[in-house]
Amino acid sequence: MKSILKSLAALSLALAALPAMALSVFTCEPEWGALVQELGGDKVSVYSATTALQDAHRIEARPSLIARIRSADLLVCSGAELEIGWVPLLLTQSGNSRIQLGGPGYFEASQFVVKLDVPKVIDRTLGDVHPAGNPHVHTDPRNIAKVAAALEDRMIQLDPGNAQTYRSRGKSFLARWQAAIARWEKEAAPLKGVPVVVYHKDFSYFINWAGMREVASLEPKPGIPPTPSHLAELIDQMKASPAKVIVYSPYNSPQAADFLSSRTKIPTVMIPFTVGGTDKAKDLFGLFDDTIQRLLGALK
Amino acid sequence: MHRKKAMALAVAAGLGLPLAVPAQTQDELRALREQVQQLDRRVSDAEQAAIQASSRPAAENALNPAVSLILNGIYGNLSQDPAAYRIDGFVPTNGEVAPPERGLSLGESELALAANIDHYFRGTGIFSIAPEGGIDVEEAYIQTLALSYGFTVKAGRFFSSAGYQNQIHAHAWDFTDAPLAMKAFLGNQLSDDGIQLKWVAPTTLYFDLGAEAGRGKSFPAGPDGGRNKNGFGSGTFFTHLGGDFGTGTAWQAGLSYLTTSPQDRVYDDVDSTATPVTNSFTGTSKLWVLDGILKWAPNFNPTETNFKLQGEYFRRKEYGNLTYDATAASLGTQTGGYGSTQSGWYLQGVYQFVPMWRVGYRYDRLDSGSTNIGLVDSGALTAADFPILAKYKPTRQTVMVDWSPGEFSRIRLQLANDKSRSDATDHQVFLQYIVSLGAHGAHRF
Repeated sequence: MKSILKSLAALSLALAALPAMALSVFTCEPEWGALVQELGGDKVSVYSATTALQDAHRIEARPSLIARIRSADLLVCSGAELEIGWVPLLLTQSGNSRIQLGGPGYFEASQFVVKLDVPKVIDRTLGDVHPAGNPHVHTDPRNIAKVAAALEDRMIQLDPGNAQTYRSRGKSFLARWQAAIARWEKEAAPLKGVPVVVYHKDFSYFINWAGMREVASLEPKPGIPPTPSHLAELIDQMKASPAKVIVYSPYNSPQAADFLSSRTKIPTVMIPFTVGGTDKAKDLFGLFDDTIQRLLGALK
Repeated sequence: MHRKKAMALAVAAGLGLPLAVPAQTQDELRALREQVQQLDRRVSDAEQAAIQASSRPAAENALNPAVSLILNGIYGNLSQDPAAYRIDGFVPTNGEVAPPERGLSLGESELALAANIDHYFRGTGIFSIAPEGGIDVEEAYIQTLALSYGFTVKAGRFFSSAGYQNQIHAHAWDFTDAPLAMKAFLGNQLSDDGIQLKWVAPTTLYFDLGAEAGRGKSFPAGPDGGRNKNGFGSGTFFTHLGGDFGTGTAWQAGLSYLTTSPQDRVYDDVDSTATPVTNSFTGTSKLWVLDGILKWAPNFNPTETNFKLQGEYFRRKEYGNLTYDATAASLGTQTGGYGSTQSGWYLQGVYQFVPMWRVGYRYDRLDSGSTNIGLVDSGALTAADFPILAKYKPTRQTVMVDWSPGEFSRIRLQLANDKSRSDATDHQVFLQYIVSLGAHGAHRF
């Protein structure tokens, strides 16, 4: 018994002597991965469960994700039930107490911003509605700043040894971000009041920020794929009061947007939606630069 | 918040002043105006947030568990009587292996409740309500949340981790019914009362190891309900490997081993004098299951198209004693040695070719293998006294097409040629709906 204790003590000493491990962060979506990277630099190792080419709602709790979440110190997701189909399952399968709901290792970005589209009526006849409101909060740059501040605090709480780094990187990021917002506000000024057709209600925060008007969606109801009858209705609607642009995300099939565009001569534009959605959306700054440029390009 | 408003007002009031103070420059004015606008925005944001936070109705049921109800109904057209269903060559399991009834019928409704109990445990209860009445506890277990290092402990009644499909509830299966191998080796679906320990390795390649100790309340253990003894009635060990290939293929391979010592596990047969008899087995039963799943979707985005390939191979060895006519209803009770090595497998593919629509094909094959019955070898009885154990290789081919308008409903048409019986082919047609109400279901792999 004594020798076991001794070897355990030796082992723990050996572990303590190892160089400090980076804070391991599992993010549900790439935008949060990019944000953690901005704030943490080389003090964090980030794994993003999804890419811009995936619908963050329709993900399965596949083995590679369980393997990654098993060793994570911090889980960063959009929340508001966007990942309800798979994150709860990952949590129960992970055997990892650090990232369970309610603990400091569980971070839902949507909790730190004002949510849009909180439904007054919750019923599945309205589609796959999110009772907590629209979860795609990252498309408003001001929300990124709010989440960044909260996330910085959380990272400091979990990894106080690197608090200095997180604080200075956070300060630098927010300063650059506020300057960028000021620039984007000017650039996006021509978008004000522009009527837009979306594919899914995943762009509402940007539309709200830029002062655009969301007049229709290609999905007849949230989460329900476009149907011919709904597209026919949209053609009529667009003839009566045309939108200026039809937007869709990289994870959407362009078919429905192209079809509506061919019948109405309204231009389509694929927005990057999140980091990695287009070549230029390499980071959060590129995401908004490219989103605005693409929309402006479509309006020309 | 009031303070913010007051501040905004103060700055706004300040804005009026510069008109009277010519020393103020235009630039400063603009800056102030911008500040006021920003403050205004912040105030309205804060108000909205406050409204949102306070608008959730304070209801007594705010802490209720997630509730979901699965409903399903089916129309069956079968050329053979499902009530007389049997799988020739294999010991009957006394499980719910028969195909759905002829004509219109309601399937089992399933009520599921789940919630975190506290920060240590999560609880899940899944109850099936039979159409003729009566509630069956399918699963009722607690699961740890607070263990670390990849460990999870589960206790209660749960579907065994023997094989892949066994852990999945019937409403989430890709076909209306279970693979023949699950029917023959697990009595359709094996759930047991017990405890499970699972460990997930700290590697980027998924690897788990687990063990279950159970009561042994149903086939392949026996008797039904479990033995009246201390300790365990069944043991299961399992391991899985899994990961991703490239940017669109996920895979998992598993190996599991179930061992149990049935005592007086009874089944019914009709002997050579055409008398219904009850036989019973006492001995050891060992089952190996090898399973593999491959799922493909372009960029892991299954919305438009996706494909799933799933297969399992079962191999079972049983040895001990077989008692003929345990109730002495025919030629008198006799006991002799018994040994069998049997196997079975299935392979199925399901392809979503456009959103909402999927097609699937499944091939089932069982091999009754070699069965040695001591009473027959010794000449005390003949093989005709054990007709259901006669050598046979059941097969089945199944095709299905289903339509899922959303995540919560599915309508499926399934056709099958079932050669479970050695003397007749059962041509089956099923038209089925499955819907889920309430809490969002889990997207399990």
